[in-house]
Amino acid sequence: MSTSTNDQTCVIIGASHAGVNFAFALRKEGWEGDIIIYDVDPVLPYHRPPLSKAYLTSDDGIEKNLLKSAESYEKESITLKLGSWVESIDREAKKVSLKDGEKQHYDKLVIATGARPIIPPIEGLADAQNVYPLRTAADVTNIRQAINEGAQKAVIIGAGYIGLEIAASMKKLGADVTVIEREDRVLARVTSPEMSSFFETLHADNGVKIEVGKTVNKIKAGDSGNLVITNDDKEYKADVIVVGVGIKVNTELAKEAGIEIDNGIKVDSSARTSDPHIYAIGDCTYHHNPHYNRYVRLESVQNAVDQAKIAAASICGKEVKYDAIPWFWSDQFDVKLQMVGLAEGYDEILIREENTEGYKFSTWYFKGDELLAVDAVNNAKAYVVGTKFIKDQKVIDKTKLVDSSIDFKPANLLAE
Amino acid sequence: MAKITFITSDNETIVAEADSGSVMELAVANSVSGIDGDCGGVCSCATCHVHVDPDHVSKTGEASEIEADMLELADNYNERSRLCCQIEVSDKLDGVVLHVAN
Repeated sequence: MSTSTNDQTCVIIGASHAGVNFAFALRKEGWEGDIIIYDVDPVLPYHRPPLSKAYLTSDDGIEKNLLKSAESYEKESITLKLGSWVESIDREAKKVSLKDGEKQHYDKLVIATGARPIIPPIEGLADAQNVYPLRTAADVTNIRQAINEGAQKAVIIGAGYIGLEIAASMKKLGADVTVIEREDRVLARVTSPEMSSFFETLHADNGVKIEVGKTVNKIKAGDSGNLVITNDDKEYKADVIVVGVGIKVNTELAKEAGIEIDNGIKVDSSARTSDPHIYAIGDCTYHHNPHYNRYVRLESVQNAVDQAKIAAASICGKEVKYDAIPWFWSDQFDVKLQMVGLAEGYDEILIREENTEGYKFSTWYFKGDELLAVDAVNNAKAYVVGTKFIKDQKVIDKTKLVDSSIDFKPANLLAE
Repeated sequence: MAKITFITSDNETIVAEADSGSVMELAVANSVSGIDGDCGGVCSCATCHVHVDPDHVSKTGEASEIEADMLELADNYNERSRLCCQIEVSDKLDGVVLHVAN
């Protein structure tokens, strides 16, 4: 490191996956000064992906799901200020102001504010009973409690990954689940029609009712639960309603401070914002992905962790550049979906089915000869082989790829 | 109660004890360098890769199919590789030595 950071302070807004990983990475890179993390959530920072999956169906408390133990923060001298709302950033004075009036100086500031669920302006939604988004541990507690108190009928608004995961989890908990989706297929914004069709079948086979191409017009609250009314005048009883229609990026703090915003907080390859003393990491950032050579905003653990590491190294004086292949996962019923790469812009889809009982296949997205992305269903091998091909940028023999009698190894699939 | 020894790639030795949960959770709780557990323990990220000490393979058992597939192309893979989120802590593990792979 060029200069000692002994008397410097790094402030992090957001004890998210990105924020917490960043704090530990910063210590590891040799930062000697104070590290302070603020978050409005009063709970010790936890993993979010399991909230809609295994955590929802378990009886576990959030202590089973923590990013780091309380002792770890003490050991690394990382100060957690939970239940604290950062209200503004004064870039000139290098201070953040909290809602309670406290001010904190920073030498380096990291914005890891993530995103919040969109609550659509549906008539009657505010007065309906048991309506929850799913983003925090408290949301899960509310949904579990509704089920424990006898909620039978559940309506999920929105069939993105979160909506479908919640549907699968609530079905597992014994609820009668209906998912209402505005687009004409599930996962319309995030995957191919082929994968949408698979997930529609999977949910139907497991007894989840999926209603696509419908919007919710109105919700009527009554003594015996809510009535969800769609644009075709159909009514759905709902003891509990979960809203999963997407997120809004938490950019307000950065925007008000005059930091450049463009579909998120714009950062360079070292996760630095338009202010050289301020970095932004995770879901809230709009950043360049070198592999795909375009700007993206990603809602993912991968990006949270990778940008956290890059920002920490950069702040500690290292020359580093973000260069990661995005990856994601989803668990629904007994299906494990693993995704690698970004499929946008594909012109060909190939599906490889394995010769086995049950669902096991992979969907390969190409643009010409270039492999863009792979969706692997119960098929970790396809996921790792796909990752390798995307990283190495080697050309695949497409005929061999779809021939499941050929052993799934990179060497066997290379184009000659 | 099982006593588990982690040896990191920097040769730091960390001894930790637990009677339940996964080995990955124990490693993260004890800040074992090189064990990240990014996916929270669902065998999706391969950031909790360890090599089981040659004398202790019988304690941990073998990787499941999906775990073995995840490991096959991982950096520093060997025949004693495991993703430690898939190893449940039990008395059987007492005394096991795990070398962090990354």
